[in-house]
Amino acid sequence: MPTKNTMKEKGFLEIAGLTAGYGETRILEDLTFSVLPKGRVALLGRNGVGKTTTMASLVGQTTRHAGSIRLDGVELTGLSSSARADAGLGFVPQTRDIFKSLTVEENLITGLKSRPRSALEEAYALFPRLKERRSNGGGQLSGGEQQMLSVARALLGQPSVLLLDEPLEGLAPVICDQLMEALSRLDMTVILVEQQVDRALDFADTVVMLDRGRVVHMGPAAAARDDHTLMERHLGVALAA
Amino acid sequence: MTAVESDKMTTNTSTLPHSRPALPRIVTDAMPVVVMAVGGLAAFWLFPNDLGLLTRILAAALFVMSLDMVLGYCGIATLGHAAMFGTGAYAAGIVAVNWVSDPLALLAVGGVAGGLIALATGALILHARGLTLLMLTIAVAQIVQEVANKARDWTGGSDGLSGIDPAPVLGLFRFDLYGRTSYLFALAVLIVGFLVARRIVRSPCGLACRGVREEPLRIAALGGSPRRYLVSMYAVAGVFAGIAGALTAITSGIVGLDSVGFSWSAEAMIMLVLGGTGRLYGAVIGTVAFMAIHHILASTDPFHWMLFIGLFLMGIVLFLPGGIASLSARVLPLVKGGR
Repeated sequence: MPTKNTMKEKGFLEIAGLTAGYGETRILEDLTFSVLPKGRVALLGRNGVGKTTTMASLVGQTTRHAGSIRLDGVELTGLSSSARADAGLGFVPQTRDIFKSLTVEENLITGLKSRPRSALEEAYALFPRLKERRSNGGGQLSGGEQQMLSVARALLGQPSVLLLDEPLEGLAPVICDQLMEALSRLDMTVILVEQQVDRALDFADTVVMLDRGRVVHMGPAAAARDDHTLMERHLGVALAA
Repeated sequence: MTAVESDKMTTNTSTLPHSRPALPRIVTDAMPVVVMAVGGLAAFWLFPNDLGLLTRILAAALFVMSLDMVLGYCGIATLGHAAMFGTGAYAAGIVAVNWVSDPLALLAVGGVAGGLIALATGALILHARGLTLLMLTIAVAQIVQEVANKARDWTGGSDGLSGIDPAPVLGLFRFDLYGRTSYLFALAVLIVGFLVARRIVRSPCGLACRGVREEPLRIAALGGSPRRYLVSMYAVAGVFAGIAGALTAITSGIVGLDSVGFSWSAEAMIMLVLGGTGRLYGAVIGTVAFMAIHHILASTDPFHWMLFIGLFLMGIVLFLPGGIASLSARVLPLVKGGR
């Protein structure tokens, strides 16, 4: 349970009994977990267990059948995607969704909401490469640069919770290192879906494992890393010691 | 936020293509304006007997530019854009005949009328997409046309609204029989309209509209309302279309039902496709090309000119899918490569 002190901080996300999917097809069943303010959760599981659907459900892009999603005590389930973003959810999708006809800077401007353009410097401070490429088209970026742009664009909206769906997919190891380094310095609640389990566990303080749309394990990330049986059973991987 | 060492990146940016030309932005920004101004003035001196046609081209270019704001920047397919043009034309005409004849005030009246009809209809129809939306835009134009037809006391019905006699521009420049003032006034309005429109499409709202065209869900997840952005841009484009209609009313002195007609909307779309969408200046190029070819062919072969227009359009769509304006993007690399 959150303490009185943590309730004052922003970014307390509670998911209770969430059943959701696409149309009548239910992917998530009675999903329940919560993330404390500034907590970092790694949402793990095999392919097709509902990780991306969980993220999409949080931002209101699926059909909800039951359950609630509360951010800092505010019920989000009745809100549109844009209202949820205004409430504090920032989403970096698996597909990155860079606007290819816009330049890097123009892509960033779309994430500013009502903030002044001077706020773009925050994005450039986090990812200096974006400043170098500010006049380039979104479709002309490397995968790593696209991911940086997608993350920076989401952060410019000043979310209290950042949802990252497989940000490292398809990136070179050195780029992964740099991206994770930047993400590790963010001072906000983060839910990370990632196939690179070792990196996800290094990043997170809590791990939530899904199977067939349900939470099958929740606990400290460090403990999960050492529990080979747990890792093998739910993820099918054995991490190096 | 903390900096990540960019020099550690493995991507070699020097091998990647760049979206911006090597020319400074101020040059590329100024180029369309300079070309419009110089070309416009050159046409004024070269074709003094065709100023009526040239003035119609300028007003049409502003109208097609407004369509570009809707179609090129927002991806809203519409065949009813003439509703805004015609509403602006009739509003300016009615005000000119009954109350005020100052041309700048009439432009404002046309813009407000076009914007209001766009706002009202856009809020109603922009929840739809694709063919449904296309049908709804046609329906809106048909309704406006029928209203204009029935309101004979105000609009003149099928006879058209005549008797529009605008006052001198700024109280100084009287509209003359040769159409000189009309032409220069229309040229000035087009250039100012282009500059304002470019400012709008580069604003955060304009950029968000382009984002909506590509990926509406992403804009929503970033905290924006796709529909609100579309309705806003639709209304702004309506203002431009209304001003174009008012400009036509002022410079031609008459407003007819064809100004709200389906064919005018369709022709505007053809002009935009010819010139190239999503550039604004493509609208000007397409309008000049279409109306000039139309004028030349119709005067030489009044029975088959549409055939040639059709062939020309097919050629552009097949070999220059980005429109005539995309020609420079194709030719420049060849020129540079040849050096």
